[in-house]
Amino acid sequence: MENHVLVIFPHPDDEAFGVAGTILSHTRAGTPVTYVCLTLGEMGRNMGRPLIANRETLPEIRKRELTEACRLLGVEDLRRFGMRDKTVEFADQEALQSRLFDVIEEVNPSLIITFYPGYAVHPDHDATGAAVIQAVKRLPEGERPKIHAIAFAQGCEDIIGEPDIVHDVSDFADQKMKVIEAHASQTSGVIDTMKKQFLEEDETVRDRMITERFWTFPL
Amino acid sequence: MKPIDPQLVQEKLTELAGTSLYIHLETTNGAYASHKNQSFFSAGAFIRNAQLNFLQGKITGKGPYRIGLETELGWLYAEGLTEWETDEMDRVLLAGHDADGKLAIALELSEKPFPK
Repeated sequence: MENHVLVIFPHPDDEAFGVAGTILSHTRAGTPVTYVCLTLGEMGRNMGRPLIANRETLPEIRKRELTEACRLLGVEDLRRFGMRDKTVEFADQEALQSRLFDVIEEVNPSLIITFYPGYAVHPDHDATGAAVIQAVKRLPEGERPKIHAIAFAQGCEDIIGEPDIVHDVSDFADQKMKVIEAHASQTSGVIDTMKKQFLEEDETVRDRMITERFWTFPL
Repeated sequence: MKPIDPQLVQEKLTELAGTSLYIHLETTNGAYASHKNQSFFSAGAFIRNAQLNFLQGKITGKGPYRIGLETELGWLYAEGLTEWETDEMDRVLLAGHDADGKLAIALELSEKPFPK
């Protein structure tokens, strides 16, 4: 069991698809989880189906969705970093690492969950993972938390190997679906199909819902 | 947002000509386009709070619509616009959504800066 889990992602809903079950397994076990979310996904393309948002109302809507997702996940400590979607890699990296380092020092996590830099597809994902790793490296060896990183770039397993952490989160699948649903502006177009495919035991959707995979990042 | 009524948009553009404006202009095919289809060449751009004062502006096309704003030294051009609204802060928000309702382009004009 972990003492404290720190989850660091750039966009609201990054915690939903590949991690929600794992987060639930920690919060249900009574482990405190802190979630640092760097942006509000201001530049998302999905505006709800039917359209419920525009470019200017999207941040406020996603902020509410994130709050609700955290409630469903049992995450009581949410920290929004106020950066802008798409700009993480261009921001002052030293400053970002310092902010992350301060949170790491404060909550003293035994485990950090973030993206695997270089293999996480979205430039914000890669930049977030890279900044987290640099922040953790500021700690002396032996005092560093484990990092479980998410990779999903095409062909990433050919380079970084198979994920060494595979969680069966089937006990939390229903609640995970609710977390995905909470991000309605981003998921309302796909959620009905997803639910149907899940119930019909579509293998891809089922696997995505009940199995979460991570790579222990070699520090 | 509602489907563009070109006549109403034209009235708005005519009204805003000669005003100092802040512009948000963006095109996007999504950060996952090349991930989902490796042969897809992903390109996009956004500029937020560029200052602009245009001499004259027009909306054209049968829908999706195009907008061109002529300034003293150049032009602003946007195509693929399908929806619009004037929000409670009197900002003119125009956007183009694809068949799945995903935003492909946004053009927004405001007399006050947009939040960063």
